[in-house]
Amino acid sequence: MLARALTFAVVGLEPRRVDVEAHLLAADLPSFSIVGMGDRACQEAKHRVRGAVISALLEWPNKAITVNLAPAALRKEGSGYDLAIALSVLAASAQVPSAVLDLHACIGELGLDGDVRPVSGTIAVAEGAMRSGVTRVLCAAPVAAEAALAGVDVVPVTHLAQAVSYLRGDTPGAMPTAAADESVAVAAPTPDLSDVRGQERGRRALEIAAAGGHNLLLEGPPGTGKSMLARRLPGILPPLTAEQALEVTRIHSIAGSGGPRSALQRVPPFRAPHHGASAAAVIGGGVNPRPGEVSLAHHGVLMLDEMPEFPRPVLEALRQPLEDGIVSVVRTAGRATFPARFRLVGTMNLCPCGARGDPRLDCACSATRVATYRDRVSRALLDRFDLTVAMPRPRADELSGPEGESSAVVRERVIAAAGRLAEAEPERVAAATELLDRAVERLPLSGRGRARVARVARTIAALAASDAVLTEHVAEALSYRTPRDAIR
Amino acid sequence: MSEIRNIPRSSPEYPVRLRAIHDPPASLWIRGGAPLDLFDRPCLAVVGARSCTSYGRSVARSLAREATAAGAVVVSGLARGIDGEAHRGALDANGCTVAVLGCGIDRDYPAAHRQLAATIVDSGGLIVSEYERGVEPAPWRFPARNRIISGVSRLIVVVEARERSGALITADFALEQGRDVMAVPGEITSAPSMGSNGLLRQGAAPVTRIDDVLVELGLERAQQAAAPEALAFAGDAAAREVLTALGEGELTPDELARATGRSPGDLAGVLTRLELAGAVLAFDGRFRRQAS
Repeated sequence: MLARALTFAVVGLEPRRVDVEAHLLAADLPSFSIVGMGDRACQEAKHRVRGAVISALLEWPNKAITVNLAPAALRKEGSGYDLAIALSVLAASAQVPSAVLDLHACIGELGLDGDVRPVSGTIAVAEGAMRSGVTRVLCAAPVAAEAALAGVDVVPVTHLAQAVSYLRGDTPGAMPTAAADESVAVAAPTPDLSDVRGQERGRRALEIAAAGGHNLLLEGPPGTGKSMLARRLPGILPPLTAEQALEVTRIHSIAGSGGPRSALQRVPPFRAPHHGASAAAVIGGGVNPRPGEVSLAHHGVLMLDEMPEFPRPVLEALRQPLEDGIVSVVRTAGRATFPARFRLVGTMNLCPCGARGDPRLDCACSATRVATYRDRVSRALLDRFDLTVAMPRPRADELSGPEGESSAVVRERVIAAAGRLAEAEPERVAAATELLDRAVERLPLSGRGRARVARVARTIAALAASDAVLTEHVAEALSYRTPRDAIR
Repeated sequence: MSEIRNIPRSSPEYPVRLRAIHDPPASLWIRGGAPLDLFDRPCLAVVGARSCTSYGRSVARSLAREATAAGAVVVSGLARGIDGEAHRGALDANGCTVAVLGCGIDRDYPAAHRQLAATIVDSGGLIVSEYERGVEPAPWRFPARNRIISGVSRLIVVVEARERSGALITADFALEQGRDVMAVPGEITSAPSMGSNGLLRQGAAPVTRIDDVLVELGLERAQQAAAPEALAFAGDAAAREVLTALGEGELTPDELARATGRSPGDLAGVLTRLELAGAVLAFDGRFRRQAS
């Protein structure tokens, strides 16, 4: 009276095999217990599973039932084990053929009415199955396309009874298999650049940031379109490659974000955590480490609106991902490394009251207050911004002006420039180097600042389809240097 | 830190003008090796608000530069804003300048001007304070410091001052001590100019051009303009076009791009070249010509 179903726990981004063993013992007093370090949601599976089995018009064995989630030392979280628990109990009571169940991995939550519901991390479970040589995955229909990305044969089920009839071989015709859905995910429509009137300099910087993968800092009084511009960065980035899309889809699936997903996330993600967000939410954390905002922005854009309002520890913790493209999260329950290669867009006001840079308002901030406000963002972090653009308040006539270029047009140029940069990095001509040297002499430009300017100049040259970095490219790049470099 | 000296009031080196005021400091602490006969040259105090506009910055800097080039010694308080620009202007003209502190002689306050203080000493200027080493900056020490600024100077120019600005305290001391006070007129709607415009109403002489100040000091404008690089754009059509578009106003790069019909990227390059040459100043994303 023993049966086994297979599923996977997700630790960090990695699937770990979990055998769900059900043991039935004839007893005077029926009982049901689940062992193996399950959390509260796992424990409550008892009620959902029993309800679902009865709703599916199957027989609930009136015996002493023990379900073991092996390995018992691995902490298990969430409701994704429901389907495996139910099927293992049904197999143990000979209502489902064990031999067939052994060929499948199962993932899904059950409703009391027997419905199979999608859970987060389905794609990771499917990948785990693929790696351990189990090629069939039973999962909820809405996430079937996502699971199919792992290359397994997916059996989408909407109800426990349907899963049982499939395993019994009752389903006439072929096995219901979802095809890998390669179509472009229809996510929330990305806002278009044509909505931005005026702010040509800001748009230009956005284009450079997109082409060269630079981090961008926008400074200016409130209401000048800093955030509006930042939100339009994903729309002008090159679409994700198949490999990148898979990585992004996996992270978002595990983090359980994004509501109903279609399979593959092709659009670079955009994340804008509020400045009240904790370090764990931004960097990643939890008892079982989960990806944070920096990882959800992997291959996309992380925007920190009102950057000085973020707690210092959160800002400082960004330095590792900005440097290495990964974050390591260490918790009592284990450690995890998440990918976190994102473009950072920061916005900040020029002073704490926000009026500075707005000719129509009078800023009452003392010089010391302004300095304190700016010092909230450390120089080390500011050093990661290749481009800094001051965005003063536009005049009224600018806002009533014609629409700007659309995202699609800009994206064409960005893709072309990114391709050129990937092929060969343009060399700097002697005169351009001379200008750079002179700037280092005249402006307080650190060694790091010089390297940043050189990088940006390369991108500008690529956007201009130039084979070499010319003086005009360096001159423009210099105009995006951190203003703090200019303060003597 | 360079050597620190103490000059008692009884010393023949003690500045004569300062000795003559109502309550001269018992002794002066001096940082920097320059001889104190510096104070025998026409000393010009340039003071103003810490939070100032780009207009104030630009005027303070040019004024200090031209005055220094003409042979004056610029005295100010090393504070942020106008004071700092005044010192920088003097340094632009390769001259020496005097910074009077409101804290211990070994302190650089504000800390952001540590480098500026070092440059002042290195280029033959002086840091002066009536407080010995280790005295912390305190709010009441700055007004007391202002009597020294006006005390050593022959003429005081207030560039931008709010209604209750420390620069007005300096002007009051100056009048008490019998020094002349001039003020730079500002827009009547501009809060940072309320105090300095108020001085004009009370009868301070207006600075209508930099020569006004030089005449008052009995100096003549130096033959060679101190910003020769601004002339270097004679053959640079793009740069001249941008300078013309800027005029005497304050424009954002976007406004300039529209005025000149240049692309934002192209314009950014031109502005950088002008900035490197000292022909324009950038301030919170707006550009203005460096007054000369």
